[in-house]
Amino acid sequence: MIWVIGAILIWLALWALNIRLARRGHRFWVPVIFGFAILVLWEGTVRGLEISPIILPAPSQIAAKIATSTDVLWGDFVQTVLKGAMSGLVIGCAAAFAVSILVDRSPFLQRGLLPIGNFVAALPIVGTAPILVGWFGFDWQSKAAVVVVMVFFPMLVNTVQGLKESSAMQRDLMQTYAAGYTTTLLKLRLPAAMPFIFNGLKVATTLALIGAIVAEYFGSPTKGMGFRISTEVGRLNIDMVWAEIFVAAMVGSALYFAVVILEKAVTFWHPSQRG
Amino acid sequence: MKSIGPVLSVLIALVAIWYGATVWMNSGWTYDQAERKGLTPSFSEVVQDTMNQKRPRLPAPHQVAEELWKTTVEKKVTSKRSLVFHGWITLRATLMGFALGTALGIALAVAIVYSRVMEMSVMPWAVISQTIPIVALAPMIIVLSSSIGIEDRNVPKAIISAYLCFFPVLVGMVKGLRSPDAMQLDLLRTYGASGITSFLKLRLPTSVPYLFTSLKIGIAAALVGTIVGELPTGAIRGLGARILIGDQFGNPMMIWSALFAAAILAGALVTILGIVQNITLKRMGMAQ
Repeated sequence: MIWVIGAILIWLALWALNIRLARRGHRFWVPVIFGFAILVLWEGTVRGLEISPIILPAPSQIAAKIATSTDVLWGDFVQTVLKGAMSGLVIGCAAAFAVSILVDRSPFLQRGLLPIGNFVAALPIVGTAPILVGWFGFDWQSKAAVVVVMVFFPMLVNTVQGLKESSAMQRDLMQTYAAGYTTTLLKLRLPAAMPFIFNGLKVATTLALIGAIVAEYFGSPTKGMGFRISTEVGRLNIDMVWAEIFVAAMVGSALYFAVVILEKAVTFWHPSQRG
Repeated sequence: MKSIGPVLSVLIALVAIWYGATVWMNSGWTYDQAERKGLTPSFSEVVQDTMNQKRPRLPAPHQVAEELWKTTVEKKVTSKRSLVFHGWITLRATLMGFALGTALGIALAVAIVYSRVMEMSVMPWAVISQTIPIVALAPMIIVLSSSIGIEDRNVPKAIISAYLCFFPVLVGMVKGLRSPDAMQLDLLRTYGASGITSFLKLRLPTSVPYLFTSLKIGIAAALVGTIVGELPTGAIRGLGARILIGDQFGNPMMIWSALFAAAILAGALVTILGIVQNITLKRMGMAQ
């Protein structure tokens, strides 16, 4: 019981500290302390109520597991993230980008593709995973294929929308400069589309990890994060599952914030970036 | 309505590509079979065969449509082979998750709008929570809820879909609740309105258009969540389970028809919300 009460007390103390920090506007420390407080609460509850590690391991146990099995985690990371998700993400985004540049020249195609793309982007495309695993085999190629299908439509819709972003006045200006199609595209319309493209990229990075992991549930060589999660759940090694979840969370957040940093660098001129 | 023509032509083009791909993907099997019998089929025979295989690599559109028709209209709704039955299972979990996620999203949004500490501590984590691939957590959630003693198989699925759908609602509602400008808030203060009154009469009504936009994203996300929740868990009912079983038994028709049923379900849900949105906004005098 002491553990639980202690954890709640620490939680309250940290919350009080957060209230003081928030008044002074510490944008970085407040969420960090909040996250830390949740970990303390979790650890205290698991220890105090003696919850079996088969149900919910404590953060310290998960950390210990991560420390002792780095080589397995690294192997899974390479298989799922670098080979599956990354190659799929690059191919899917490049394909969507190319198609939207082509579609961009025809307003007819735009009007036809946008509603369909929007609709498809909302569908549970992860369901195609078993089909694509059947077509491309068990290795990372099939995972990349699932990721390509998943990221294609959100990227396409955002890029097509973004390319329409420049105003008639701006395009007229380019025309008075005697700029051709390519110049206008490169100097005006692509930069104007960047905020939309980055929105698409943010969606795509999360989808890429989901796709790569789900596809592994349907068949995989004996490594990969999805494979590990599904087999270790079956063997009740729940701490290993949480270790994989931790890696997945780290990778997901890292990818997302990489896109955010890139966005800040590329679209520094956009109102949303000039805090 | 201008876009009906283009949409239709793109759809027709997609179906045409699909038929082309059917011939290309299934012809290997056809040639293989013919070679074993010592025949050399003509091209038209090959095309005919690729359209009507029992276990094609890629079923033709009409085959999928036929399968959909057979498993929805011609089967009794209560039959375990009826897609309506499985769709209903999925829909129920989706709606549960949607309700849960929406409630959570709105509650968090209200807390965030009124409390700076909440905003600074919760908002970054809400963003991070969406970058965590939920599918990694899905098997965990199912194990956890069964060991706590929740027998209902809908609960873990609903939790997963709530996890996916609370975020758009949260972001939309924070934006919506903040959308009244300082002038309007000041006006209510000069009326001597209390915090609750200005919330109910000003902030809540102005947030409704934002709410509906995010609800439409949220319900699609909730459906994705339910299906993801059904995929890796050995569920036996629901559209995700149909996909899983179709994969295990090597029955591509089952996978494809379940996929299209899911797409139709998603479309129907978003459309219904769109209609409700139109009616509500018109009633409130906010329709554009």
